[in-house]
Amino acid sequence: MEPLLRVEDLRVDLPTRRGLRPAVDGLSFDVAEGEIVGIAGESGSGKTMTAMTLLGLLPHGARTSGSARFDGRELLSLPRRQLRDLRGRQIAMVSQDPSTALHPILPVGTQVTEHMRHHLGLSKSAARAEAVDLLATVRIPDPERALGAYPGQFSGGMRQRIAIAVALAARPRLLLADEPTTALDVTVQAGILRLLDRLRRERGLAVLVITHDLGVMSAVADRVAVMYAGRLAESGPRAEVLARPRHPYTRGLLDALPHPEAADDPARVALRPIPGSPPSLGEVPAGCPFHPRCAFAVPACATDRPEPLPVTAGHLLACPPDPLHRTGAAPADEEAPA
Amino acid sequence: MSAGSVQAAAGTTPDVTGVTGVARAPWRSPLAVVGVTIIAGWLVLAAVAPWVAPSDPLAQDAAILQAPSGAHWFGTDELGRDVLSRVLHGARISLPLAFVLVAASTLIGSVVGAVAGFFGRWVDSVAMRLADLVFAFPGIILALAIAAALGPQLRNAVIAVVIVSWPGYARLVRSLVLAARTSQYVVSSRLLGASGLRTLFVDVRPNIAGPVLVMSALDIGNAVLLLSGLSFLGLGAQPPTPEWGAMVAAGSQNFDRWWVGLFPGLAILTVVLAFNFVGDTLRDVLDPRTARALRE
Amino acid sequence: MTGPGATRDDGPVLLELAAAAVLDGVDLTVAAGEVVGLVGESGCGKSSLGRAAVGLEPLAAGSARFLGEPVTTIGRGARPGRLRRLQMVFQDPYSSLNPRRTVGDLVADGVTLGGGSRAEGRTRAAALLERVGLPASATAAYPHEFSGGQRQRIAIARTLAADPLCIVADEPISALDASAQATVANLLSGLVRDGGIGLLLISHDLSVVRQVADRVAVMYLGRVVEVGTTEQVWSRPQHPYTQALVAAIPRPDGGGVLPADLPGDVPDPADPPSGCRFHPRCPIAEDRCRTTDPRPEPVAGREVACLVRAAPSARADA
Repeated sequence: MEPLLRVEDLRVDLPTRRGLRPAVDGLSFDVAEGEIVGIAGESGSGKTMTAMTLLGLLPHGARTSGSARFDGRELLSLPRRQLRDLRGRQIAMVSQDPSTALHPILPVGTQVTEHMRHHLGLSKSAARAEAVDLLATVRIPDPERALGAYPGQFSGGMRQRIAIAVALAARPRLLLADEPTTALDVTVQAGILRLLDRLRRERGLAVLVITHDLGVMSAVADRVAVMYAGRLAESGPRAEVLARPRHPYTRGLLDALPHPEAADDPARVALRPIPGSPPSLGEVPAGCPFHPRCAFAVPACATDRPEPLPVTAGHLLACPPDPLHRTGAAPADEEAPA
Repeated sequence: MSAGSVQAAAGTTPDVTGVTGVARAPWRSPLAVVGVTIIAGWLVLAAVAPWVAPSDPLAQDAAILQAPSGAHWFGTDELGRDVLSRVLHGARISLPLAFVLVAASTLIGSVVGAVAGFFGRWVDSVAMRLADLVFAFPGIILALAIAAALGPQLRNAVIAVVIVSWPGYARLVRSLVLAARTSQYVVSSRLLGASGLRTLFVDVRPNIAGPVLVMSALDIGNAVLLLSGLSFLGLGAQPPTPEWGAMVAAGSQNFDRWWVGLFPGLAILTVVLAFNFVGDTLRDVLDPRTARALRE
Repeated sequence: MTGPGATRDDGPVLLELAAAAVLDGVDLTVAAGEVVGLVGESGCGKSSLGRAAVGLEPLAAGSARFLGEPVTTIGRGARPGRLRRLQMVFQDPYSSLNPRRTVGDLVADGVTLGGGSRAEGRTRAAALLERVGLPASATAAYPHEFSGGQRQRIAIARTLAADPLCIVADEPISALDASAQATVANLLSGLVRDGGIGLLLISHDLSVVRQVADRVAVMYLGRVVEVGTTEQVWSRPQHPYTQALVAAIPRPDGGGVLPADLPGDVPDPADPPSGCRFHPRCPIAEDRCRTTDPRPEPVAGREVACLVRAAPSARADA
């Protein structure tokens, strides 16, 4: 059976001063029910554009190709009206800044129940009861009272919980979370990550987490895709990609982080940044987009576009110089090219 | 999704408020081209009016109230003066006065606003209450009252218009100075040892010049309108000065002779519109959010 | 004369903070050649403390001293010359550089405002830009032509032009991309190691502070709750809040371990809880924590403001 969301060879072209330029190029991944999949990358890697494409919220003049099927329905060719219904009802979004997702002068209760009544056709009292349940689920203290309060009366972490409650109100099957915890403190972030994990286990919610934070990725995601300049660099099971990264870019990202394992290192080795900076849209180098910054680049990297190929079961790698690329273990069939 | 990430993804430079952006971009907007062309045309006409005008604007040597003809393209007025010559000479009065007036308002308003924003406390209170006092009356009514009190004279009309228009600049400059004073780049200059006054000139001034310039450009049209309005009501230019507002007033006395009022009226209309076009474009260019759209 | 948990006693003390925020008896000090991390979550008052340390805002109580003399709050006039060697780096490199002035002028400010000539400023600016890893040709460019990480390096070059002895850096890398973060963090720690500058590094991100700081002070709701060497605080945290903070950091090791949650929210700083300010969220709180405000006590080689840790009750021992 096909997973809830299957994205295949997705390409998104955005209008720039010099015409259309690809922001996402040849991206494929799946998200199954009850699964958390993470997309990692720096700003401009195309990870947010991917979410916008799934929601049908691309800027005017953007063009898409490839395929993104949700529950068997092709999102890229779905009429605007149907997409809007799907967006409210089955696919929900949580963004980095909870204050933009919540209406500042409507009580929390109205914002949560609105979706339930509109999409689920619940009565006023039934919606209220469910809203109390939902706020309790996201661990808002005293949910009865919270229904009558306004977003401004809550702290940032609480507002993000409320934004998640609003997103979950219509019982969506897929949640797109774009940097859901980036603006939050670590202790609050821990609570949100635990909440996402609980929702997928208890409700079978599928979650696509988009973040630059590999720590967050490592905590919740089952599978991880690393994007660079709109292309897939590496994807696979979390433990494979983060504990045994094969792509030089993934390794670079991990090396640039302070490593807790080295905590007792008295020398406190300096952080190792990746030299250079990511290309901007329309200035993506030929061949492998990462080759100008890559320590392992060979001449062919500057000319040949690397295709993601399986190196182990479910682990895709777009790095031809890697010894496992192409010659690696045969792909296992149950974990179809993700 | 934040606006920032879209911008980053779209690969555009977020900040285009630099001087080069101001100098280049207006020419790409059709409205600005039209505006600049009209203004340039009027400036040239004002400069060469004595040589190109078919007759003396004050000479009453033609038959009165003649319709436009080959001899008098715009016709003649109630005293037999050539309307075309008077409209051309009118540009020599309205345009320079509008510039002087706006320059004076900008200067007075900017100084008051900067002082209020910089010193704060009671200085700020006094300056802003003074501005509020002016804002409490409709501009044209207050200008009327002042011009009437000073006596009907073109110079007094100019003073009246300056009095009603400086508070707008004072408020704008004050708010910009207040915002800039707490900005991090000013704070970091202060930490390096700059006095408050030095940051006002070195750090704050270049950042508020743009918005003030836009306001001035938009205001020139207004100034022409206000001056003409006062003259129209008999409180500005006195006969026989060929001033556009006064000419429109004469036209309104001869309603069935359309050419007497129409041509000076069109002159006012084109000048006001042209300055508004230029001002609007400048504002768009100086606003980083719209500047990007303009350049693409 | 250095604070508790000092690892270096070679450098002279540059900055001393004896604010109400820093508990009685604990002076937060920064010595030459030392990085002191000030860690805490939003609303804990770390930024206010940092701004007060350089004289941008008055301290509610207590004192800030630089080179033994009090740091005066900045007024309308120029800052006293002796304070020029106490500088600050801000979080947002987009707003800390004047968009209308060239990078060269901005960096040269540090020289000219100290009485140097314009020519001196220009030469110095080019040299400093190279020191922070930018080409000397950057002097002619405007800030918007640079990326966030490059701008932050320009901002650092600008403070360096004043020849600082001590720099207070308020979240200097949290607005930057991952790889730019590493570059700027390395630059700052290099200035301390090679240049003998003292650095007070304010951050919400304990994992970054851990990488560069010699000592760490942890703040909660306007109070420093634990001060010790980085290794002590990170590897064997004693205060329950520090423990929660360390446990909440997700490890990017692919292990799939969910970070530990700290229930509850930070209370309103204007109306802090009685007794120990952390007690409503504290997993080991006892009755006495509700009423008694803990004073810092030496625990396991560092200062900790926790009643339970300082003197475990008989019940807890049993």
